[in-house]
Amino acid sequence: MFVGVSHYLILSSLLFSLGTLGVFLNRRHVINILMSIELILLAVNVNFVAFSAELKDLSGQVFSLFILTVAAAEAAIGLAILVVYFRNRQTIDIDDATQMKG
Amino acid sequence: MFLSHLALSLLILLPPLVCGVLALYFHKRPLVSQFLTCFGIFISFVFVVILWIDLFPELYFQADFFKWLKVDKLRVNFGVLFDSLSLLMCGIVTLISFLVHIYSLGYMKHDEGIGRFMAYLSLFTFAMLLLVSAPNMGQLFMGWEGVGLFSYLLIGFWYERPRANAASMKAFIVNRVGDVGLILGICALFWCFESLDFSVIQINLARKSATYIEFFGCSVHLLTLIGVLLFIGAMGKSAQFGLHVWLPDAMEGPTPVSALIHAATMVTAGVFLIVRFSHLYEYAPFAKDMMLFVGAFTAFYGATVALTQTDIKRVIAYSTCSQLGYMVLACGCSAYVSAIFHLVTHAFFKALLFLAAGSVIHAMSDEQDIEKMGGIFRLIPTTYTMMWIGSLALAGLPFFAGYYSKDLILSSVFLSDHQVALWAGLIVAFLTAFYSWRLLIVAFHGKSHADEQVVAHIHESPRVMLYPLYVLAFGAIFSGWFGWKWFVDQSFGFQWGDAVVTPHSLHTLLPYWVESVPVLAALLGIGFAVYIYKIRPEISERLKTLSFYKFLDNKWYVDEVYQWLWLRPVLTIGSFFWRQGDRQIIDRLGPEGVVDLSLFLSERNHKLQSGYAYHYAFAMLFGVVLTMAICFCLLYRAAPATFVHSMMGRF
Repeated sequence: MFVGVSHYLILSSLLFSLGTLGVFLNRRHVINILMSIELILLAVNVNFVAFSAELKDLSGQVFSLFILTVAAAEAAIGLAILVVYFRNRQTIDIDDATQMKG
Repeated sequence: MFLSHLALSLLILLPPLVCGVLALYFHKRPLVSQFLTCFGIFISFVFVVILWIDLFPELYFQADFFKWLKVDKLRVNFGVLFDSLSLLMCGIVTLISFLVHIYSLGYMKHDEGIGRFMAYLSLFTFAMLLLVSAPNMGQLFMGWEGVGLFSYLLIGFWYERPRANAASMKAFIVNRVGDVGLILGICALFWCFESLDFSVIQINLARKSATYIEFFGCSVHLLTLIGVLLFIGAMGKSAQFGLHVWLPDAMEGPTPVSALIHAATMVTAGVFLIVRFSHLYEYAPFAKDMMLFVGAFTAFYGATVALTQTDIKRVIAYSTCSQLGYMVLACGCSAYVSAIFHLVTHAFFKALLFLAAGSVIHAMSDEQDIEKMGGIFRLIPTTYTMMWIGSLALAGLPFFAGYYSKDLILSSVFLSDHQVALWAGLIVAFLTAFYSWRLLIVAFHGKSHADEQVVAHIHESPRVMLYPLYVLAFGAIFSGWFGWKWFVDQSFGFQWGDAVVTPHSLHTLLPYWVESVPVLAALLGIGFAVYIYKIRPEISERLKTLSFYKFLDNKWYVDEVYQWLWLRPVLTIGSFFWRQGDRQIIDRLGPEGVVDLSLFLSERNHKLQSGYAYHYAFAMLFGVVLTMAICFCLLYRAAPATFVHSMMGRF
């Protein structure tokens, strides 16, 4: 079976959908949301690498490296926020974070 | 002379303005503003004298400073016109104003707002100078409104007193009524002459003397119409009957204001306007008849009301009203020179009376009711003497200022053959003497009616208030004789020139009785007053019970009639429009409507803010998908084939 770019795209769109649904359907923890966001970023990375190989253009792969870095930084900051949040509220339950309610 | 005439004119006009504005800036530092304003007026007065000497005997100088307005054919320049009339007025205005400034230093000493007060006085003087030195109607109108504005500010100077506020508003509004006439008059002038310059108007008068126009459907003689309209404006400023109601109320202002504005300068602006247009009035006999009638009636009205007033300033205010009536009456007989002559002498003795009254009020701890005074002539002898001199001049006793000018007016009336006006003039001369001596006797003689505390505190005013009185008293005694020599005999080389019409010769031989009867009337008035108020005081008590006395005491019920005739309907209509128009339409659809709408919308909007993170995330995703869908749709519609190809080709 020839593995073309479309397979990669299908995979990445599956990952993306999983990530998105993870954000929506999970109503428990903020950590889950962070993990879902990682998943979305991963889907994008797969896309970049796939297109880079297809088009013989290395800049896509360079971008994926950038995204990895940014994702790491984002995870670090997100977790730091979570720690502070937990100290303040004694919970990271997403349903309790409703102070913005109008 | 070392300065050009132009520079001299600027040095006359500008110091009051500059010093007034600076004084307003420094009003928190009273000493600075006091010095500045007095200095400014003094400079101005000195340069009026210098310009007078420099121009003599050809008193005429006109110059334009800059173009002010240029609208189609209407061109108004900013400049000066110094002829005999305006130089004389400038001299009187700056001199009296300077004296009043000095007097105010003492009178307003303990007032916190003295800096502001002095600045207003100075700026008022500037507006008055602008008015009298105007070479065209536009600038005159600016000065006219300027004096109105500063009169408003000065009457309402003690703004924490409701009565002062009401009086200032009344003065302003009644003057607006007169200004309607003035503005229409200016429009008619421009329509007729296509220029507002006095010189142009004067040259073209004869050419336009037979012009008639359609006005409210009837054919009207144009110059008569202009004359009447301008006279209505003059009636407002010069407090002629009908529009006089503001003048007595204006006495709520500080006394120096009454002396400067409501006796010597601003109220004479109307008479000045009439005299400025004397050439025009010679072509408008109907307007002159109107002036004759209104003037005579005002003189009579003012004198009768002054008989019964008890407020010392109101007596003098109604007396002013009456004397202004004399001046207008003189204008109605083409005796413009006598009107101006009386204006000058009146400025001296009425300012003297007002300032002396201020001195009395000062001595009596701000008591203005003459019936609560009495018996104080020994305690304040200087002020008492000043009141005597002022009253003698006002009543027109021989050799005092009023004698010459009033006599000239009455002889002119006699020559013009208006018997009714002559009789009115004589009766007013009698009444004038009567109320003047009533004031003197009730306020200064008899038993004291004041509190012991007040009496113990009675003191002569400080010298800074008395010196101006001396100068004015000098004027009240000698200005008549000097004026007679200058204006009538013209023995010092003074010429009116082209500024004022002098129709009949001023030295006509008159029957002997014409000169003596006014004096007799005055003496009779004094005699009656002394008899009623001094020798037989019980008569005056009995007079007070008469209904006629009440009628006079209530000023002929003019205020009440106006209340019923104008004020109530206007207030009713006003409150109707306020309720229905403002509240129901503008407010409801305007500010309040907007508030309601935004409240309603935000009520809806805040429900979107649920506080659940996944709602926001969903909104985000939905937005992204929607945006992408729209983009794809747009791309497809722009070029369907390429789009489908590029989409499908990849997969």
